[in-house]
Amino acid sequence: MSKRDRLSGNEAVATAIRQIDPDVIAAFPITPSTEIPQYISSFKAEGLIGTEFVTVESEHSAMSACIGASAAGARAMTATSSAGMALMYELLYVAASDRLPIVMAAVNRALSGPININADHSDSMGARDSGWIQIYSENAQEAYDNMLMAHRIAEHPDVMLPVMICQDGFITSHAVENVVIEDDSFVKGFVGEYRPEKYLLNPDEPLGVGPYSVSIFYMEIKRQQFEAMSKARAVIAQVSADFTAQTGREYGMLEKYRMDGAELAILIMSSAAGTGKDAVDILRAKGVKAGLVKLRVFRPFPAEDVAEALGGLKALGIMDRSDGFSACGGPLGAEVRAALYGKADGIRTINYIYGLGGRDMRTEDFEHIFGELAAMRDGGEAPDCRYQGVRE
Amino acid sequence: MSTRNLMENMTESSGWRDLSPAAQVFGEGNSVFFNTGDWRSETPAWKRDQCRQCLLCFPVCPDSSIPVQGGKRGDFDFGHCKGCGICAKACPFGAISMGAAVKGGDR
Repeated sequence: MSKRDRLSGNEAVATAIRQIDPDVIAAFPITPSTEIPQYISSFKAEGLIGTEFVTVESEHSAMSACIGASAAGARAMTATSSAGMALMYELLYVAASDRLPIVMAAVNRALSGPININADHSDSMGARDSGWIQIYSENAQEAYDNMLMAHRIAEHPDVMLPVMICQDGFITSHAVENVVIEDDSFVKGFVGEYRPEKYLLNPDEPLGVGPYSVSIFYMEIKRQQFEAMSKARAVIAQVSADFTAQTGREYGMLEKYRMDGAELAILIMSSAAGTGKDAVDILRAKGVKAGLVKLRVFRPFPAEDVAEALGGLKALGIMDRSDGFSACGGPLGAEVRAALYGKADGIRTINYIYGLGGRDMRTEDFEHIFGELAAMRDGGEAPDCRYQGVRE
Repeated sequence: MSTRNLMENMTESSGWRDLSPAAQVFGEGNSVFFNTGDWRSETPAWKRDQCRQCLLCFPVCPDSSIPVQGGKRGDFDFGHCKGCGICAKACPFGAISMGAAVKGGDR
C-alpha cells in the first residue's frame, strides 16, 4: 500500500534509496545534497539497509569508488551537487564510457563564482556531454518517482549507462511536500535485482574493464556509446509507461501543460515549471492562448518529441537555468532550436536565462515573458536571448 | 595461468558491433599478447653460468620478461622487456648485466 507523507526532496530521494537498498554508496557531503548521505548513514546505523557505505575523501574518490564497485558487479550510487559534481567530471566520462549503470542523486546548485549555494543548472549542464542520462524533476514526488525508475533504465542491456536524477537545490531538496511513497515491497519488485552479464568479481569469466584504447579502436567504442544513448529513448519510454501503469502517475520524455490550442508557450525544466503552470492558468483565465512544455529527459535529448510538442506554436520562450556563455544563449536554447529546425519551422523564439544562483522565478516573471512572446507574435522585434529577473 | 586469447576475433578491421562493449578485455593473462618490447632503455644479459637459480629476479620484473618453468628461470623474453634494470639490482650474484639501449624498430 502506498502512503502519503510529508517529505523534502532530499528525504524523498533518500527514502527511495533505502527502499532500493543498493550494494554500494560512495558519497561526500556538499550542500544542498548533504542530507542524502546523512540519511543513508542513519539507515545503515539502524540496520535498515545492507549497503556498503563508503565515506570517501572527495567527490573524485566518490565517483571512482562507484566505478570500481559497479565494474565489480555491484549496484552503486552516489549523491552530489555543484562543485562536487565538477570534481567528478573526469570520472563521469569514465563511468559512461565504461558503460557502468551507476545512479546519482544530483541536487542542482550553481557553480562558483561568485560562490553560491542555491539552485541553478550550471553543475549538471556542465556534465551534459559526459554520456550520462539526465532526468530532471519538478518536485519531491518526481524526484522520488524518477529515482525508482533510474536503475531499470541504467541497467537495461540495451543501455548500460549511468543516470543522474536531478532536482533543484533547496527549492525542491529542502521544501517539505506531500509525497506519495510506495510500499517497500513494491519498490523492490519494480526495481528488481541487478544481474550484470559481465563483472570483475566473476571467477568463471576473467575480465578487464577500462583499458587503453588506441585510435584504431577508440571511435568504434564511442559509436557503441552513441547507440546505447539512442536506445535509451525507447527504454525510458517503456520503463516510464510501466511505472505509470503501476502507480497511476504519468511520466514521458516531456510533459505538455495546456498546450491544446496554445499559440504562446514556454519550455522549461525542473521546479520553476510549477510556477510556470500557475502563470499559464492565470493567463488562460484571461483568454491568452498560453501553454507550457516541461522537459523531463535532457539526455538523451528527445528532439522528435520536442518538435512534436512545440509544432504549431507562434512564439516560444526557451528557459535556461544556466548560461552557456556562448553569448547567444544557454544549452536548452541551442538544443531546442536545433530540434525545431526543419521539423517545426516558423516558430519565433526567445531564449531566457533565469533563476541563476537561486534567483526567484515568480508568476509575474512568466506573465512578463508571455507578454513579450505575444508582442513578438504580433510582429514586434525581440532579442534572441536575454536575462529574465535581472536588475538593469 | 591461462593465455587463451578470447579477443582474437576482434581485429583492427572489426566494426563497432563486433568489438567488446566498452572495449572490455575478456579472458585472463592476455597482456602477453601485447608486445611492449620493441624498444628498451637498456638491455639485460643473463649470465647462465653465474646464475644460482635463487629466483629473486622474476618476481620484481614489472612485466613478464623472465620466464620460469619447472622452478628455473630461462633467458629474457625481449618481447616485453623495457630495460628497467630492477632484476639486475635484485640479483645477489651479478648474474644479470645491463647493456645498450634498443631503439624502436631495431628489434
